[in-house]
Amino acid sequence: MSLIIGLSILLGCQFLGEIVSRTFALPVPGPVLGMLILLIALMIRGGIPKSLRTMGEGLLKYLTLLFVPAGVGLIQHFGLISREIWILIITLIVSTSLTILVTSQTLQRVARRDVSSRKHNT
Amino acid sequence: MSGFGLEQIWVYLSATPLLHLFATLLAFIVATRINRWVGGTPLLHPVIVAIALLIGFLLLTGTDYATYFEGAQFLHFLLGPATVALAIPLYDHRERVRRMLWPIVIGTMTGIVTAVISAVSIAMVLGADPQTVLSLAPKSVTSPIAMGIAEKLGGIPSLTAGLVLLTGVVGCIVGPWIFRMTRITDPTIQGYSMGLAAHGFGTAYCFASVGAVAGAFSGLAMGLSGLVTAFVLPSIVHLFGL
Repeated sequence: MSLIIGLSILLGCQFLGEIVSRTFALPVPGPVLGMLILLIALMIRGGIPKSLRTMGEGLLKYLTLLFVPAGVGLIQHFGLISREIWILIITLIVSTSLTILVTSQTLQRVARRDVSSRKHNT
Repeated sequence: MSGFGLEQIWVYLSATPLLHLFATLLAFIVATRINRWVGGTPLLHPVIVAIALLIGFLLLTGTDYATYFEGAQFLHFLLGPATVALAIPLYDHRERVRRMLWPIVIGTMTGIVTAVISAVSIAMVLGADPQTVLSLAPKSVTSPIAMGIAEKLGGIPSLTAGLVLLTGVVGCIVGPWIFRMTRITDPTIQGYSMGLAAHGFGTAYCFASVGAVAGAFSGLAMGLSGLVTAFVLPSIVHLFGL
Protein backbone atom coordinates (compact mmCIF):
# COMPACT_ATOMS: atom_id res chain seq x y z
CA MET A 1 0.00 0.00 0.00
CA SER A 2 2.82 2.37 0.84
CA LEU A 3 4.03 2.51 -2.77
CA ILE A 4 0.53 3.44 -3.91
CA ILE A 5 0.26 6.23 -1.32
CA GLY A 6 3.73 7.50 -2.25
CA LEU A 7 2.94 7.53 -5.96
CA SER A 8 -0.41 9.22 -5.28
CA ILE A 9 1.33 12.03 -3.39
CA LEU A 10 3.78 12.54 -6.30
CA LEU A 11 1.05 12.41 -8.96
CA GLY A 12 -1.19 14.68 -6.88
CA CYS A 13 1.55 17.32 -6.63
CA GLN A 14 2.27 17.00 -10.36
CA PHE A 15 -1.44 17.38 -11.06
CA LEU A 16 -1.66 20.55 -8.95
CA GLY A 17 1.49 21.83 -10.67
CA GLU A 18 -0.02 21.24 -14.13
CA ILE A 19 -3.22 23.05 -13.09
CA VAL A 20 -1.27 26.08 -11.79
CA SER A 21 0.99 26.10 -14.88
CA ARG A 22 -1.97 25.98 -17.33
CA THR A 23 -4.24 28.33 -15.38
CA PHE A 24 -1.68 31.13 -15.21
CA ALA A 25 -0.01 30.21 -18.55
CA LEU A 26 3.36 30.05 -16.76
CA PRO A 27 6.52 29.14 -18.70
CA VAL A 28 7.47 26.79 -15.83
CA PRO A 29 6.73 23.06 -16.45
CA GLY A 30 3.97 21.52 -14.32
CA PRO A 31 6.21 18.87 -12.67
CA VAL A 32 8.65 21.60 -11.52
CA LEU A 33 5.78 23.48 -9.87
CA GLY A 34 4.69 20.13 -8.41
CA MET A 35 8.18 19.75 -6.94
CA LEU A 36 7.90 23.22 -5.38
CA ILE A 37 4.43 22.41 -4.00
CA LEU A 38 5.74 19.18 -2.47
CA LEU A 39 8.77 20.97 -1.00
CA ILE A 40 6.55 23.60 0.66
CA ALA A 41 4.19 20.89 1.95
CA LEU A 42 7.14 18.98 3.46
CA MET A 43 8.44 22.14 5.15
CA ILE A 44 5.01 22.81 6.67
CA ARG A 45 4.57 19.18 7.73
CA GLY A 46 8.16 18.99 9.01
CA GLY A 47 9.05 15.52 7.74
CA ILE A 48 8.84 13.06 4.87
CA PRO A 49 6.19 10.30 5.09
CA LYS A 50 7.78 6.86 4.76
CA SER A 51 5.57 5.91 1.82
CA LEU A 52 6.70 8.99 -0.10
CA ARG A 53 10.37 8.34 0.61
CA THR A 54 10.12 4.71 -0.54
CA MET A 55 8.44 5.60 -3.84
CA GLY A 56 10.36 8.83 -4.49
CA GLU A 57 13.82 7.46 -3.80
CA GLY A 58 12.98 4.38 -5.85
CA LEU A 59 12.13 6.57 -8.82
CA LEU A 60 15.21 8.77 -8.37
CA LYS A 61 17.46 5.71 -8.13
CA TYR A 62 16.45 4.67 -11.64
CA LEU A 63 16.10 8.19 -12.98
CA THR A 64 18.67 7.55 -15.73
CA LEU A 65 16.54 4.70 -17.17
CA LEU A 66 13.65 7.14 -17.57
CA PHE A 67 15.70 9.34 -19.96
CA VAL A 68 16.15 6.51 -22.45
CA PRO A 69 12.81 6.72 -24.34
CA ALA A 70 13.27 10.46 -24.98
CA GLY A 71 16.92 9.98 -25.91
CA VAL A 72 15.97 7.41 -28.55
CA GLY A 73 13.90 10.25 -30.02
CA LEU A 74 17.19 11.61 -31.38
CA ILE A 75 16.55 9.15 -34.23
CA GLN A 76 14.06 11.71 -35.58
CA HIS A 77 16.62 14.51 -35.66
CA PHE A 78 19.56 12.93 -37.47
CA GLY A 79 19.23 15.50 -40.26
CA LEU A 80 19.36 18.49 -37.93
CA ILE A 81 22.16 17.00 -35.83
CA SER A 82 24.42 16.17 -38.78
CA ARG A 83 23.81 19.66 -40.23
CA GLU A 84 24.76 21.42 -36.97
CA ILE A 85 27.06 18.85 -35.39
CA TRP A 86 30.03 21.24 -34.96
CA ILE A 87 27.88 24.02 -33.52
CA LEU A 88 26.50 21.55 -30.98
CA ILE A 89 29.91 20.13 -30.03
CA ILE A 90 31.61 23.54 -29.66
CA THR A 91 28.68 25.04 -27.72
CA LEU A 92 28.48 22.09 -25.33
CA ILE A 93 32.22 22.03 -24.57
CA VAL A 94 32.76 25.80 -24.23
CA SER A 95 29.54 26.56 -22.37
CA THR A 96 29.89 23.64 -19.93
CA SER A 97 33.54 24.53 -19.17
CA LEU A 98 32.63 28.19 -18.64
CA THR A 99 29.77 27.25 -16.32
CA ILE A 100 31.99 25.05 -14.13
CA LEU A 101 34.76 27.68 -14.10
CA VAL A 102 32.52 30.64 -13.23
CA THR A 103 30.47 28.73 -10.63
CA SER A 104 33.51 27.34 -8.78
CA GLN A 105 35.32 30.71 -8.81
CA THR A 106 32.21 32.54 -7.55
CA LEU A 107 31.64 30.02 -4.77
CA GLN A 108 35.32 30.15 -3.77
CA ARG A 109 35.21 33.94 -3.44
CA VAL A 110 31.82 34.24 -1.73
CA ALA A 111 32.53 31.38 0.68
CA ARG A 112 35.85 32.92 1.70
CA ARG A 113 34.21 36.29 2.37
CA ASP A 114 31.37 34.58 4.24
CA VAL A 115 33.82 32.72 6.51
CA SER A 116 35.96 35.79 7.21
CA SER A 117 32.95 38.00 8.00
CA ARG A 118 31.68 35.34 10.38
CA LYS A 119 35.06 35.32 12.15
CA HIS A 120 34.89 39.10 12.57
CA ASN A 121 31.49 38.83 14.16
CA THR A 122 32.54 36.37 16.83
CA MET B 1 6.61 -22.20 -43.66
CA SER B 2 8.38 -21.63 -40.38
CA GLY B 3 9.80 -18.37 -41.77
CA PHE B 4 6.28 -17.23 -42.48
CA GLY B 5 5.29 -18.14 -38.90
CA LEU B 6 8.14 -16.11 -37.42
CA GLU B 7 7.16 -13.18 -39.56
CA GLN B 8 3.59 -13.43 -38.28
CA ILE B 9 4.84 -13.42 -34.72
CA TRP B 10 7.06 -10.41 -35.45
CA VAL B 11 4.22 -8.48 -37.05
CA TYR B 12 2.11 -9.15 -33.96
CA LEU B 13 4.84 -8.40 -31.42
CA SER B 14 6.16 -5.24 -33.07
CA ALA B 15 2.68 -3.74 -32.89
CA THR B 16 2.26 -4.26 -29.12
CA PRO B 17 3.78 -1.98 -26.47
CA LEU B 18 5.26 -5.08 -24.84
CA LEU B 19 8.18 -5.52 -27.25
CA HIS B 20 9.58 -2.00 -27.00
CA LEU B 21 9.09 -1.67 -23.27
CA PHE B 22 10.96 -4.96 -22.84
CA ALA B 23 13.65 -3.91 -25.35
CA THR B 24 14.22 -0.64 -23.43
CA LEU B 25 14.73 -2.42 -20.11
CA LEU B 26 16.95 -5.05 -21.75
CA ALA B 27 19.07 -2.40 -23.50
CA PHE B 28 19.52 -0.59 -20.18
CA ILE B 29 20.64 -3.78 -18.41
CA VAL B 30 23.12 -4.62 -21.19
CA ALA B 31 24.38 -1.01 -21.25
CA THR B 32 24.92 -1.04 -17.48
CA ARG B 33 26.94 -4.26 -17.81
CA ILE B 34 29.02 -2.79 -20.65
CA ASN B 35 29.71 0.35 -18.60
CA ARG B 36 30.83 -1.68 -15.59
CA TRP B 37 32.99 -3.84 -17.85
CA VAL B 38 34.90 -0.80 -19.23
CA GLY B 39 35.46 0.61 -15.73
CA GLY B 40 32.54 3.05 -15.40
CA THR B 41 33.79 5.75 -17.78
CA PRO B 42 31.27 8.60 -18.34
CA LEU B 43 32.07 8.38 -22.08
CA LEU B 44 30.16 5.09 -22.25
CA HIS B 45 27.47 6.06 -19.74
CA PRO B 46 24.71 3.41 -19.52
CA VAL B 47 22.09 5.87 -20.79
CA ILE B 48 24.12 6.74 -23.88
CA VAL B 49 24.94 3.10 -24.64
CA ALA B 50 21.29 2.08 -24.13
CA ILE B 51 20.09 4.82 -26.48
CA ALA B 52 22.66 3.81 -29.11
CA LEU B 53 21.64 0.13 -28.83
CA LEU B 54 17.95 0.98 -29.19
CA ILE B 55 18.50 3.34 -32.12
CA GLY B 56 20.48 0.55 -33.80
CA PHE B 57 17.64 -1.88 -33.08
CA LEU B 58 15.00 0.46 -34.53
CA LEU B 59 17.07 1.14 -37.67
CA LEU B 60 17.74 -2.58 -38.13
CA THR B 61 14.09 -3.58 -37.78
CA GLY B 62 12.81 -0.54 -39.68
CA THR B 63 10.61 0.55 -36.76
CA ASP B 64 9.57 4.19 -36.54
CA TYR B 65 9.85 6.21 -33.33
CA ALA B 66 6.09 6.52 -32.82
CA THR B 67 5.75 2.71 -32.70
CA TYR B 68 8.70 2.44 -30.32
CA PHE B 69 7.28 5.16 -28.09
CA GLU B 70 3.97 3.31 -27.67
CA GLY B 71 5.87 0.85 -25.52
CA ALA B 72 8.46 3.19 -24.04
CA GLN B 73 5.92 5.83 -22.98
CA PHE B 74 5.25 3.93 -19.76
CA LEU B 75 8.79 4.67 -18.62
CA HIS B 76 8.77 8.17 -20.08
CA PHE B 77 5.63 9.02 -18.13
CA LEU B 78 7.47 8.40 -14.84
CA LEU B 79 9.73 11.42 -15.53
CA GLY B 80 6.92 13.67 -14.22
CA PRO B 81 6.56 12.08 -10.76
CA ALA B 82 10.38 11.66 -10.64
CA THR B 83 10.78 15.43 -11.12
CA VAL B 84 8.34 16.04 -8.26
CA ALA B 85 10.35 13.54 -6.17
CA LEU B 86 13.45 15.79 -6.47
CA ALA B 87 11.80 17.74 -3.62
CA ILE B 88 12.85 14.89 -1.28
CA PRO B 89 16.66 15.36 -1.51
CA LEU B 90 16.13 19.14 -1.48
CA TYR B 91 14.18 18.83 1.77
CA ASP B 92 16.86 16.54 3.21
CA HIS B 93 19.51 19.19 2.47
CA ARG B 94 17.58 22.13 3.99
CA GLU B 95 20.02 22.54 6.90
CA ARG B 96 22.98 22.79 4.53
CA VAL B 97 21.14 25.41 2.48
CA ARG B 98 20.36 27.45 5.59
CA ARG B 99 24.03 27.34 6.74
CA MET B 100 25.48 28.40 3.40
CA LEU B 101 22.59 30.49 2.14
CA TRP B 102 24.51 33.36 0.54
CA PRO B 103 27.24 31.42 -1.25
CA ILE B 104 24.54 29.09 -2.57
CA VAL B 105 22.21 31.88 -3.74
CA ILE B 106 24.98 33.86 -5.45
CA GLY B 107 26.73 30.79 -6.87
CA THR B 108 23.48 29.35 -8.23
CA MET B 109 22.38 32.57 -9.92
CA THR B 110 25.80 33.26 -11.46
CA GLY B 111 26.12 29.65 -12.60
CA ILE B 112 22.70 29.48 -14.23
CA VAL B 113 23.09 32.83 -15.98
CA THR B 114 26.53 31.74 -17.28
CA ALA B 115 25.19 28.37 -18.48
CA VAL B 116 22.21 29.81 -20.34
CA ILE B 117 23.80 32.96 -21.78
CA SER B 118 26.95 31.16 -22.95
CA ALA B 119 25.00 28.32 -24.58
CA VAL B 120 22.54 30.63 -26.34
CA SER B 121 25.09 33.20 -27.49
CA ILE B 122 27.71 30.70 -28.72
CA ALA B 123 25.11 28.74 -30.66
CA MET B 124 23.66 31.95 -32.16
CA VAL B 125 27.08 33.32 -33.15
CA LEU B 126 27.88 30.01 -34.84
CA GLY B 127 24.63 30.31 -36.80
CA ALA B 128 22.47 27.61 -35.23
CA ASP B 129 18.82 27.22 -36.13
CA PRO B 130 16.52 29.02 -33.58
CA GLN B 131 14.98 25.67 -32.62
CA THR B 132 18.44 24.25 -31.92
CA VAL B 133 19.27 27.29 -29.77
CA LEU B 134 16.08 26.83 -27.73
CA SER B 135 16.86 23.13 -27.33
CA LEU B 136 20.39 23.97 -26.14
CA ALA B 137 19.39 26.65 -23.61
CA PRO B 138 18.42 24.30 -20.73
CA LYS B 139 21.30 21.86 -21.37
CA SER B 140 22.83 22.03 -17.85
CA VAL B 141 19.58 21.17 -16.11
CA THR B 142 18.55 17.64 -15.18
CA SER B 143 16.70 15.97 -18.10
CA PRO B 144 13.09 15.89 -16.88
CA ILE B 145 13.16 19.61 -16.08
CA ALA B 146 15.18 20.48 -19.21
CA MET B 147 12.71 18.68 -21.46
CA GLY B 148 9.79 20.44 -19.83
CA ILE B 149 11.53 23.81 -20.32
CA ALA B 150 12.38 23.06 -23.98
CA GLU B 151 8.79 22.08 -24.67
CA LYS B 152 7.46 25.29 -23.11
CA LEU B 153 9.98 27.41 -25.06
CA GLY B 154 9.30 25.80 -28.42
CA GLY B 155 12.51 23.77 -28.64
CA ILE B 156 12.68 20.04 -29.41
CA PRO B 157 12.37 18.05 -26.15
CA SER B 158 14.03 14.89 -27.47
CA LEU B 159 16.95 16.88 -28.91
CA THR B 160 17.26 18.58 -25.51
CA ALA B 161 17.29 15.15 -23.82
CA GLY B 162 20.25 14.11 -25.97
CA LEU B 163 22.10 17.41 -25.47
CA VAL B 164 21.59 17.24 -21.70
CA LEU B 165 23.16 13.77 -21.64
CA LEU B 166 26.13 14.98 -23.71
CA THR B 167 26.54 18.00 -21.42
CA GLY B 168 26.80 15.57 -18.52
CA VAL B 169 29.55 13.63 -20.28
CA VAL B 170 31.45 16.82 -21.19
CA GLY B 171 31.15 18.10 -17.61
CA CYS B 172 32.64 14.91 -16.15
CA ILE B 173 35.59 15.16 -18.54
CA VAL B 174 36.42 18.89 -18.27
CA GLY B 175 35.38 19.44 -14.60
CA PRO B 176 38.26 17.64 -12.84
CA TRP B 177 40.71 19.26 -15.26
CA ILE B 178 39.36 22.77 -14.54
CA PHE B 179 39.55 22.17 -10.79
CA ARG B 180 43.19 21.09 -11.14
CA MET B 181 44.10 24.11 -13.30
CA THR B 182 42.41 26.64 -10.97
CA ARG B 183 43.44 24.80 -7.76
CA ILE B 184 39.91 24.29 -6.45
CA THR B 185 40.24 21.56 -3.81
CA ASP B 186 37.19 22.17 -1.57
CA PRO B 187 34.84 19.17 -2.15
CA THR B 188 31.74 21.28 -1.47
CA ILE B 189 32.71 23.73 -4.24
CA GLN B 190 33.68 20.93 -6.65
CA GLY B 191 30.40 19.14 -5.95
CA TYR B 192 28.21 22.21 -6.27
CA SER B 193 29.82 23.30 -9.57
CA MET B 194 29.54 19.80 -11.07
CA GLY B 195 25.89 19.42 -10.05
CA LEU B 196 24.99 22.82 -11.45
CA ALA B 197 26.78 22.41 -14.79
CA ALA B 198 26.42 18.65 -15.32
CA HIS B 199 23.26 17.64 -13.33
CA GLY B 200 22.96 13.92 -12.46
CA PHE B 201 26.14 12.95 -14.34
CA GLY B 202 28.13 15.40 -12.23
CA THR B 203 26.45 14.09 -9.08
CA ALA B 204 27.22 10.47 -9.94
CA TYR B 205 30.81 11.44 -10.76
CA CYS B 206 31.21 13.28 -7.42
CA PHE B 207 29.85 10.35 -5.38
CA ALA B 208 32.17 7.95 -7.20
CA SER B 209 35.39 9.97 -7.50
CA VAL B 210 35.38 12.88 -4.98
CA GLY B 211 33.35 11.75 -1.97
CA ALA B 212 30.02 11.77 -0.15
CA VAL B 213 30.10 15.47 0.77
CA ALA B 214 30.80 16.48 -2.83
CA GLY B 215 28.05 14.12 -3.97
CA ALA B 216 25.51 15.59 -1.56
CA PHE B 217 26.35 19.15 -2.62
CA SER B 218 26.18 18.12 -6.25
CA GLY B 219 22.71 16.65 -5.77
CA LEU B 220 21.63 19.80 -3.99
CA ALA B 221 22.96 21.96 -6.85
CA MET B 222 21.17 19.79 -9.40
CA GLY B 223 17.80 20.16 -7.67
CA LEU B 224 18.11 23.86 -6.84
CA SER B 225 19.47 24.93 -10.22
CA GLY B 226 16.79 22.91 -12.01
CA LEU B 227 14.09 24.64 -10.01
CA VAL B 228 15.54 28.15 -10.41
CA THR B 229 16.37 27.68 -14.13
CA ALA B 230 12.75 26.76 -14.87
CA PHE B 231 11.76 30.18 -13.53
CA VAL B 232 14.51 32.43 -14.93
CA LEU B 233 15.39 30.80 -18.26
CA PRO B 234 12.33 32.01 -20.24
CA SER B 235 13.12 35.66 -19.44
CA ILE B 236 16.85 35.25 -20.26
CA VAL B 237 15.98 33.68 -23.60
CA HIS B 238 13.57 36.55 -24.34
CA LEU B 239 16.50 38.97 -23.97
CA PHE B 240 17.98 37.31 -27.07
CA GLY B 241 14.75 37.92 -28.97
CA LEU B 242 13.86 34.22 -29.22
